[in-house]
Amino acid sequence: MKRWLGPALALVAILIVPLVAPPYQTLLMLPFMAYAVILLGLNLLFGYTGLLSFGHALFVGVGAYTGAFLTHRFGVRSLEAILLAAALLGALVAAPVGALCVRYVKIYFGMLTLAFGMVFYTFVLKFYALTGGDEGIPFARPLLLGRDLSAIPKTDYLNGPYYYYCVAVLVLATACMWRIVRSPFGLCLRTIRDNPLKAEALGISVPRYRWCAFVISAVYAALGGALLGPPTGNVDPTLAYWTHSGNLVFMTLLGGFTHFYGPVLGAFVFIYLQDFVMSLVPYWRLIFGGLLALIVIFAPTGLMGLIAPSR
Amino acid sequence: MILNVLLGGVFHASILFLVAAGLQVVFGVQRIFNLACGSFYALGAYVGVSAVAAYTSVGGPPWLFIVPLAVAGLLVGVVGVVVERGLLRFVYDRDETFQLLLTFALVLILEDVIRLTWGASPRSTSGLYLVYGQVRVLGATVPVYNLIVVAASLLIAVGLGWLLTRTAFGRIMRAAADNREMAAALGVDLRWLYVRVFTLGTALGTLGGALVIPATAAMSEMGIELIVEAFAVVVIGGLGSMRGAFVGALVVGILRAVAISVLPEIEMLLIYLIVIGVLVLRPRGLFGAVTA
Repeated sequence: MKRWLGPALALVAILIVPLVAPPYQTLLMLPFMAYAVILLGLNLLFGYTGLLSFGHALFVGVGAYTGAFLTHRFGVRSLEAILLAAALLGALVAAPVGALCVRYVKIYFGMLTLAFGMVFYTFVLKFYALTGGDEGIPFARPLLLGRDLSAIPKTDYLNGPYYYYCVAVLVLATACMWRIVRSPFGLCLRTIRDNPLKAEALGISVPRYRWCAFVISAVYAALGGALLGPPTGNVDPTLAYWTHSGNLVFMTLLGGFTHFYGPVLGAFVFIYLQDFVMSLVPYWRLIFGGLLALIVIFAPTGLMGLIAPSR
Repeated sequence: MILNVLLGGVFHASILFLVAAGLQVVFGVQRIFNLACGSFYALGAYVGVSAVAAYTSVGGPPWLFIVPLAVAGLLVGVVGVVVERGLLRFVYDRDETFQLLLTFALVLILEDVIRLTWGASPRSTSGLYLVYGQVRVLGATVPVYNLIVVAASLLIAVGLGWLLTRTAFGRIMRAAADNREMAAALGVDLRWLYVRVFTLGTALGTLGGALVIPATAAMSEMGIELIVEAFAVVVIGGLGSMRGAFVGALVVGILRAVAISVLPEIEMLLIYLIVIGVLVLRPRGLFGAVTA
């Protein structure tokens, strides 16, 4: 019972935010939920499989650009169709990229993912005619469950229907990920993380499991990336830049990669703390860099490690 | 025309070599992939601009500006001591993931330190680039300053080779790179060695930044942009190998220059595709002998 209490309370809190919080604070919940989805996937790779991707922004970019292309260029406005397409394209890109990357571990895996991320970034940046270059492309307001909500003001749309849509996606994504990490598949991933040789000896095909984890995490990143688009109404190449990949890992570490809900907490703290710091001084990188250094040195298991050090 | 492009590429390569060499010594000995190398490069560039501005304002002869520039670039390398003693020494026994993230923290910190100190607008040294004039080489026009930097970079490459193979410090470095426990058991003070190696790596980066500055403007994002190029250099050349840094820098510098003039769209795309090709086909790079 007790282990459901924390997440259940958090969900109730998320559900009542639009009713009690000022509109601006509610708007910040949208990137939080999108990042939470992205990081749940990233942590399957980092926390559960032991592979640090420094190029995950690639898949965030794939998801976001899929949505922007569909809404802006092809007139496909249904968010369900967009999410489906983002997931498919994320998997489609991740399949070959993952097949090459999972042949390596540790620093070489990180470098290869970084290189792939930069390939996508430079492609998006340079092919101006197709992608709008550094200005990016607009992400038109999508239909939710087939309902056209273009009549209501933007803030009402984002803080109302779109908000609860994101909550639903986040809950579904969390439930799926919970099933994945509790399944025999998830146990195999942890075995691979802790002792790849032993896993191999037990008959687990290490590269195939790593590849599966890679593709699943890419699908999550693409879904979250697509959700990032509507609040800003625009997607641009910085979504796929290597520092964005670094920030994703930062959020995961901040919340705690050893805990299932760590990345979700990390996304929440990162978004709101960044907003708070930027309202005081423009130098959020200085403060966040110091924070990251402190976490790495003194609290490598992150906030969850400080709150619930049980596992 | 072709020669102009090539010479531009070689100039860029000689700057890239300095930063990549800094990356290599640190990775070779300390096993840390230092993402902050690019930030040190940016720091060197800004300090270089300030040093030259101070030098000009006290009325130093323009043709000697390269002296305060290079000296400032080298001196600011002492931030390496602060970073090593203040941050890195806590994580030597940790997983390399955490070491990488700590250097990423440093990237964030230094970017804002630069903004705080020098502001957000680009800085440059006005009109000193062509103070040594230009020469015509086989029909191409080259600023003499570029040739000086290329020569200096070559000299540093030779000097590093001499340091690594002919001096006691170099032998200790190679021994520690090979087997740090054995080196420590034989009496090498690893703490002191790490301070020196990291400072050497930092100074190479800051010097690279200072030397590039007469030819371009200093911008706060220049560090995070250069680090991915330096990353390409060390992957193509092979992690930890000094010869690899040299060849890798030439490959990246020249290819980039050629691509810019022929097909600007594929400029860096080409470089990253080569990086992926090398990582997939020959993960140790062209000259990598590292057992990773």
